Amino acid sequence: MENLQELIEEALNLVSGAHDLAALDQIRVDYLGRKGQLTSLLKTLGKLSNEERPAAGAKINEGKQQVQAAIVAKKEVLETAAINQKLAAETIDVTLGGRANGRGSLHPVTQTIGRIKAIFASVGYSVEEGPEVEDDYHNFEALNIPAHHPARAMHDTFYIDKSGFTDKRNLKDKVDYVLRTHTSPVQVRTMEANKPPIRVICPGRVYRCDSDLTHTPMFHQVEGLVIDEDVSFADLKGTVDQFLKSFFEADVPVRFRPSYFPFTEPSAEVDIQCTNCGGDGCRICSHTGWLEVMGCGMVHPNVFEASNVDTDTYSGFAFGMGVERLAMLRYGVNDLRLFFENDVKFLEQF
Amino acid sequence: MKISESWLREWVNPKLTTDELAAQITMAGLEVDAVEPVAEAFSGVIVGEILFVEQHQDADKLRVCQVSGLNDDITQVVCGAPNARVGIKVPFATVGAVLPGDFKIKKAKLRGVESFGMLCAQSELKLGDDNDGLWELSEDAPVGTDLREYLQLNDTAIDVDLTPNRSDCLSLKGIAREVGVLNRLSVAEPVIEPVSATLKDKININLVASDACPRYVGRIIRDIDFSKPTPLWIKERLRRADIGSKDIVVDVTNYVLLELGQPMHAFDLTTLEGDIQVRYAQDKEPLELLNGQAVELASNVLVIADDKKAVAMAGIMGGSQTAVSSETKDILLESAFFVPTAIAGRAREYGLHTDSSHRFERGVDYQLQEQAIERATQLITDIAGGQVAPVVVAEAEHSVLSTKTVTLRRERILKGLGFELPDTEVVDILQRLGLVISETNDSGWIFTVPSYRFDIEIEADLLEELARIYGYNNLPTTSVRMGMELPMHQETALGLDAVCASLVARDYQESISYSFVDPKVQQLLDPASKPVALQNPISADMSVMRTSLWQGLVTALANNVKRQQTRVRFFETGLRFVTNDASELRQEPMVAGLIYGSRHSENWLEKTTSVDFYDIKGDVESLLAITKDSKRFSFEAAEHPALHPGQTAAIKLGDSIVGYVGALHPSIQQALDLPQRAYVFEITQVALASASFPKFAPLSRFPEVRRDLAVIVNQDLAVSKLESTVRGAARELLTNLKVFDVYVGKGIDSERKSVALGLTFQHLSRTLTDDEITSSVNNVVKALEQEYNAELR
Repeated sequence: MENLQELIEEALNLVSGAHDLAALDQIRVDYLGRKGQLTSLLKTLGKLSNEERPAAGAKINEGKQQVQAAIVAKKEVLETAAINQKLAAETIDVTLGGRANGRGSLHPVTQTIGRIKAIFASVGYSVEEGPEVEDDYHNFEALNIPAHHPARAMHDTFYIDKSGFTDKRNLKDKVDYVLRTHTSPVQVRTMEANKPPIRVICPGRVYRCDSDLTHTPMFHQVEGLVIDEDVSFADLKGTVDQFLKSFFEADVPVRFRPSYFPFTEPSAEVDIQCTNCGGDGCRICSHTGWLEVMGCGMVHPNVFEASNVDTDTYSGFAFGMGVERLAMLRYGVNDLRLFFENDVKFLEQF
Repeated sequence: MKISESWLREWVNPKLTTDELAAQITMAGLEVDAVEPVAEAFSGVIVGEILFVEQHQDADKLRVCQVSGLNDDITQVVCGAPNARVGIKVPFATVGAVLPGDFKIKKAKLRGVESFGMLCAQSELKLGDDNDGLWELSEDAPVGTDLREYLQLNDTAIDVDLTPNRSDCLSLKGIAREVGVLNRLSVAEPVIEPVSATLKDKININLVASDACPRYVGRIIRDIDFSKPTPLWIKERLRRADIGSKDIVVDVTNYVLLELGQPMHAFDLTTLEGDIQVRYAQDKEPLELLNGQAVELASNVLVIADDKKAVAMAGIMGGSQTAVSSETKDILLESAFFVPTAIAGRAREYGLHTDSSHRFERGVDYQLQEQAIERATQLITDIAGGQVAPVVVAEAEHSVLSTKTVTLRRERILKGLGFELPDTEVVDILQRLGLVISETNDSGWIFTVPSYRFDIEIEADLLEELARIYGYNNLPTTSVRMGMELPMHQETALGLDAVCASLVARDYQESISYSFVDPKVQQLLDPASKPVALQNPISADMSVMRTSLWQGLVTALANNVKRQQTRVRFFETGLRFVTNDASELRQEPMVAGLIYGSRHSENWLEKTTSVDFYDIKGDVESLLAITKDSKRFSFEAAEHPALHPGQTAAIKLGDSIVGYVGALHPSIQQALDLPQRAYVFEITQVALASASFPKFAPLSRFPEVRRDLAVIVNQDLAVSKLESTVRGAARELLTNLKVFDVYVGKGIDSERKSVALGLTFQHLSRTLTDDEITSSVNNVVKALEQEYNAELR
């Protein structure tokens, strides 16, 4: 019994000096195990008198508990240290790039068309598309542009060699095919297929036989058509004005200039105040302060008649815009031809 | 059309600056393209008169002139021009003058003789091309006057880009009329008095084709002095409209064209044989034109002829044989009206476009002919003398010549323009434009249209005139009112947006290529089909319509590779132009993609490896998955002329092929000079147009069991076949089947491969027994043995 205190102190010293869980466990076995030194002391209690025995037993148990508590506390310390060590070993440079697959991009023309669609769709316009190899009737005749009309000179038309295909209506000998010079034939097709009210926009590729710094032989237009009872020129002005402000996200001044398109009457060109110089005059607006962005007008009665729309009941307006032109102004692209070169370095900017 | 501002202001002079005037014209629908000074900047040049000339002692080509004009002095100027002679009046650049190009005139000594200034040629002042010698000014030019003042050079040329409907403004008279209307000013027209005849000559005019020419006015003028120079004021006005000067008669006809808008022509009378016939050409009738071009005319071309031959393409250009020249004395002047549809398109068919055809195609005032011929007669005889015969007018009935009336209803103004324009204003605007009220009634008016307005035919045209003159920007602006009925919304409809989003998410950049492609590239990728060709391509390498979107994609790839790109991933959507079995043209919406170079962009995690077939196939599968029903599609080994024969799959929807995916054929890769292999796919948009509608299936709460099998089969067996056999044999207990390894090589017959399959079994309402699973697996093994001679590994 005399060495109880010695044993306890010895065990506590060992516990505090233990470096790992295995050593700690060995200490537990050595002192607290079935054959451990403190446990063995209990066996010596038999030699004591009945009076002495309870107190002595209590002292030994007290000592065992003291050592046990020290072991538990130390174990916790060692475990935490082990976790911390593991965590420290697993530290990485989180600023290095991730295992990404990358993300592509939509062409700026598609994005611009998407924007135009979204603006008009938000008030209920639907989207119509049409063929790009178009017959003369839909591209010209039905739009009040008969053969030899001087307005045809405004469209540098690509004509299609008809020898390569047949026409299911057997009209081939009588019909010329062209690459559509504008999206307006989609108007005609929409009127042929639907009854008013009509509210559509028609985006798509169009073609003109012209190529220089400011013209590409293919470009994109979005056409709009609204037909209903009592649609007026004032409604057209409102629609175009609201669209342009929405598109440019700015209260940009808009003006309407009388112009001429065979398929509308009255017709107008639409200018916005130059987005670059704010109207002071710069290179982009040819020092006029204004940029021509759209053409529009009230649908010509001849166009309605060609597509069997009753002009007594219905009136309508149409507008058309060049997508590349709008994209150039909005994104600051300075060369039209970049849109069709498909240079990766250009495309990845959008 | 270009006109001189000072000339315009002689007719009508609003209190507006040049810029304000240009803006006003533009906003009235006559778009001003440019406002340019009519002369380049120069100063210090006056009208000088050569009083005395002597030969320079030391220089053969130089002469010493004494010139009057500067103050009251006589100035000595050394001059090299061959035409320097006493009595002529010339531009005299005095010491201190600055000529175009900032060329300063100083006192100089030429071969020892002092010279105080310079006598100028036209070209030195940039006022014409004449470079032959001194510019001889008119005899009555006031000596000492500043040349700019004398020539009224402080003027601008206003270039108006007219739309095809406004032929009435293709003259000074027309523009002045418009400016008068806009500013509520009257227009001062020159007085045109008929010139009384001194001869009795009359030429017979037969309107054979009166449907095309219902009015032809002619007059003979004899004994014209063609040596008389055209007065400077006419030349200057022509120059400011970019029209050159020729001889007095041609210059006057051009002047009248510019002033009044009536194209005219003069024939040398001695070259005409017999009467004038206005008729259609005989088929292949020959004619040599004024510009030297010899044409064979088609029978739809209207000609002016005499009894023997065609002498002019009516309204387009005269013939050279009957043209006036310096030898001419007697002429026949023509002032005709040709119906626009009879002229339209004809000039272009012969590669021609003239001031005359431009106007006749669009419409010339049909009441203008006599006035124009009198104006021309007056100018010619005033300047170059001559004996005048009476005017001969040949006229036929024609609908174009009858007075047009247009009804205007008050309610249509409200309906069309969106506001009520007071009656007084309606009438005022239209009357100012030259329309005349022929009737007023309860609903509105009937107006008579002036003979020069070919563009006013219907009520909408009058609305435009009202809006135009009232000012488009003064009209109200409103919002369209729409019914707010909600449409049926189809959940399974897939737009192109979903297609694009899938590809963008997989690192594809969208490209947009021209729809017309290089026939060589077309041939390379699709040798079997005959593409639709353009009749008038812009260049040979953009002359056929693409039969696949691949043509554009590989071209874009090649261009990027040239620009040092090593990794390219493109997709494009759009039409391809193909013919079907009945050789009908189909314009089919497609989506196509191309990948090239490393799988991932260069990074620190892994060595970059090149893409292969399974990369693009994975992209295609991911794209097909937007339909939420990939099972409707299958892939089958196939061949395609553009693709590697061993790495090509047809993409099938049910039994029909909707696209292809594969490696670009090595020979094409070589032809395009691509260092690495490219992989492409193309699929119809229709195949991706709708998704399947999701339908809930109950979930099983019972454990699933997985069994793995490795079987050895022939290498050429498509694993997809193996899979479908497994599915069939395992039946409904099988809930999932995965191929988790394919091994070829050591330990296996060189003709065979090992395929490892993971089979997952589960039942909806109970736990499966070992026996059930074993029996199912045994079925699978047996079926594989029977069908493919498979061995368990």
